[in-house]
Order: sequence, then C-alpha cells, then structure tokens
Amino acid sequence: MLDDFFIRALIAGVGVAIVTGPLGCFVVWRRLSYFGDTLAHSALLGVTLAYSMEFNIAFSVFIISSLIALTLIQLQKRTNLPGDALLGLLAHSSLAIGLVVIGFLSFIRFDIMGLLFGDILAVTVNDLLIIWIGGALILLVLKLIWKPLFASTVNYELAEAEGLNPDRAKAIFTILMAAIIAISIKMVGLLLITGMLIIPAAMARNISSSPQKMVMYSIIGGLLSVILGLFSSLEFNTASGPSIIAASLLLFILSLLNIKQSIKLKN
Amino acid sequence: MSSSQNILVKLNGAGFSLNNKWLVKGVSLQVEKGKIVTLIGPNGSGKSTTAKIALGIYKKIDGSVEKYTSKVGYVPQKISIDWTLPLRVNDFMILTENISNELIDEALSLTGVIHLKDKNLGDLSGGEFQRVLLARAISKKPELLVLDEPVQGVDFTGEIALYELIKKISDELNCGILLISHDLHTVMSATDHVVCLNGHVCCSGSPMDVAKNNEYKALFGEQASQILSRYEHRHDHVHTSEGEIKKN
Repeated sequence: MLDDFFIRALIAGVGVAIVTGPLGCFVVWRRLSYFGDTLAHSALLGVTLAYSMEFNIAFSVFIISSLIALTLIQLQKRTNLPGDALLGLLAHSSLAIGLVVIGFLSFIRFDIMGLLFGDILAVTVNDLLIIWIGGALILLVLKLIWKPLFASTVNYELAEAEGLNPDRAKAIFTILMAAIIAISIKMVGLLLITGMLIIPAAMARNISSSPQKMVMYSIIGGLLSVILGLFSSLEFNTASGPSIIAASLLLFILSLLNIKQSIKLKN
Repeated sequence: MSSSQNILVKLNGAGFSLNNKWLVKGVSLQVEKGKIVTLIGPNGSGKSTTAKIALGIYKKIDGSVEKYTSKVGYVPQKISIDWTLPLRVNDFMILTENISNELIDEALSLTGVIHLKDKNLGDLSGGEFQRVLLARAISKKPELLVLDEPVQGVDFTGEIALYELIKKISDELNCGILLISHDLHTVMSATDHVVCLNGHVCCSGSPMDVAKNNEYKALFGEQASQILSRYEHRHDHVHTSEGEIKKN
C-alpha cells in the first residue's frame, strides 16, 4: 500500500493536518503569522545545507529555524527595532543566503518548485516516519505546555502572577513552530506552510465558541483541506501545496457563510 | 503576636525602576494569613507596581521579595484580552488551574454572575467582567489574594457587597489579601494594616494609627475626618525627575 505515492502523500498530509490544527490556533491567537513566515523562509537555508552536507532535510530545517527563532528573541532584547522589522530582516536575509548557497550547489539537481510549493511525488516512507513520530512528539509537548501557554496567551501577567512560568512555555512553543515547519515542508512547500497553519484555524474561529472547539474544527478543516487538495492535485496535475491551501480557502469562505446565517438568525 | 510561619509574602526594601525612573522605591511590607493589607495613595504612587513586585511579575527589582506560597489569586487593575480567542466565562475560570465545576459555580454565585457562565467573555459589561475576574481569583481558594482595585466599574450596591465578600473570604479561607483601593471608607473599616504609598512608603500601620499619623494627615488633609468625601493630595516633599525626594 505504501508503494503508491498517492497513499503516502495522503498519510503524510493527514499527519501534518492533525499537528497544524492546534499549533495554527496558537499562531492566530498570539498573532504569530509573520513569525511563521520568517521561520518558513529560513527553512530554505536549512534545505540547502541539508543537500550540501547530505543531511536529513527535516532535521536540518529544524536546526536552522530554531536558530533563527533564538536569534529573533536575542535581537528583540538587544535592539529597539520593532518586531515586524526584525522579522523581515531575518526572513529575507536567511532566504537570500539560502538562494546564494543554492547558486554554489550547481552540481546538484534541485527541484526548487517542489521545495517552494510542495511535491507529493517526493514523500518517502522515511518522510512518513518523520511526520508521524515528529508530529506525535510535537502534540505531546504542546499538551504538556498547554496550560501556561494558553493562560499567557489570554493574559501574560495573570499567568506569571499565578506561577505558570509563561516565558518557558513561549520558548518551547517557538521550538515547536520550527519543528512543524521542518516536518511539513515536503508536503506543503516552504512558501505556503504558514497558510496551512493559519487558514484552517481562521476558518475554525468563525464557527467556534470555545478554544477547545476551535482546535477541533481547525484539525477537521486541515484534514478536509489535505484530502480535497491532494485529490484535486492528482486530478488536475497541480502542485500539492497550492491545491491544499486553495481547498482550505474554500472551507474558510464556507465558514463565512455560516456567520452570516447565524447573524441573520439573531436578528 | 504574629509568627513568621504565617507570612505569605514579604517585601524588603523593594523597588522597581523603568527607563531610569523609579516607579516605587524602598517598600517593606508583609502579608500574613487571614490579614488584609491595603495600599493607598494617589495615582502614580506605585500601588500597582508594588503589587506586581509582590507577585513576581517584575523580576529585576531592587531589594528582595520572599514568597512563601504558590497558591495565588490575582485581580489586575487593567486587563486587555484579545478577542481573537473564543473564550467563555467558564473557560476563563479554569485559565490557570483546573478546578471542579462545583467550585466554579460557587465562586460565580458569590460574586453574583452565575447566570453569565456560558457567555462569551467579550460580551460582558465592565462591571460584569470585574465580577468574573474576582470570581476567578477566589475560586481556586488561594492562600494569597492580590486585588488591584477589584470593584472598579461595579455598581454602588454591588461594590459594598463585594467588599463584604472580600472580608468574608479572608476570614473563611484564612488567606492573606493585598488590596489596592481608593475607597478610604472601606480601607478604614475592613483592613488590618494600611500602607500609604507615594513612590515610597509615607506611613503604615493599623488604620487608626495611620489616621492619627501626621504624614497621613499631610497626605489627606482636613478631609481625613470626612473620609468618604473627595480627598486631596498634599505634599510635604517633592519628587524630582530622578525619583529622589526633597522635603519642602
């Protein structure tokens, strides 16, 4: 069964969607979408380093993205520049360095489109193991830091005053962000990973009344997007990443219709 | 009298500065089990800062804080909640600690907002939200309660009832309360210990001692006898921009 590339892509996509659901909710709640973008941009550098040193891609992306995240935290402490300027600085300089390194690697055949937009043909059994084991670890850690992370998302001072150590939770969450980008890069592509995090969560926000429901709908939305996106990718021969994101956009638009209806009901 | 085992939190000459300006300096006080300590003082005198030092929110402080409990309930003066979160009152009640449904209902009933349990937090009025904040802080039966103007925006009858509730909680749970209040009447009737702040501790002691204190009289003027009326702040010293104190 795993011999079929499409089945492999489907299993990989389902694994990714289960993890991006809850993480995406935090990205929306904590307004971290540009932070996600920055980490994703820096992933290119991770990929090129993996190729040049014949290293595992997911692992290399994880290391580079974590380093970028730690650099950001240090820069925030040491400079007076606003957060978005620092994010732009890191995103574009790491992207630029990644592209420069690609230039030096002319001896390697490089599927840059696959890297940017995802490639379902490229998912190997090895990738499945990384996605499912890595994903399970991410969810486990997220469950452990849920209380302090969620409380500090609502109000930092309450969490700190009542002894939940929100700074530690934030640092761990940053590492989880790097990890999800590392494991989903092959499926969605580095330009669209943040979309996979945000759009199902945004869709879920429109139709949920509690945080738990939002996480649940976000996972369901992600799963539907992956299944819908992958089948249409197969049918129309389009890149997997854009197909999945387009499918999630469709669900988002449907969720807007739902809001209009409920407003009408109220009146 | 008071044994050291009863101390919940103790500030020793604590101070906090931001951008080279002292918000508050040299504060020493302690909160004990079953006692209510009230901070009074004009706006900008460092009351909230002192509360945050006691809670450990401000870490780079002058002096030291000794905290002997981790069961803390906090009602901040200002709270900004991001409405990108779908959050009901019920979700908010278990924000920092998972507590049983009975305890949630009990606390919400005590502050008179049980009917709002399933409402979205963003849909509450200012006074309703304040009652929910207080309910959340007391529901986990803390050893130390820090209440920063807990009844702001609450209607007049509610205000009196909530202060009575706070007094009752302090007796029933035997918890220590650090209270910040502008209501001098409440301060004088329900408090065990008053600390009068103005960037530093102007005076402190039992309400009666403080009322007799010359510095308190200087602070609150002729109106000290008419504590319910508007009070005016009079200085026997001025504060320079570096935070130093010069006597007049």
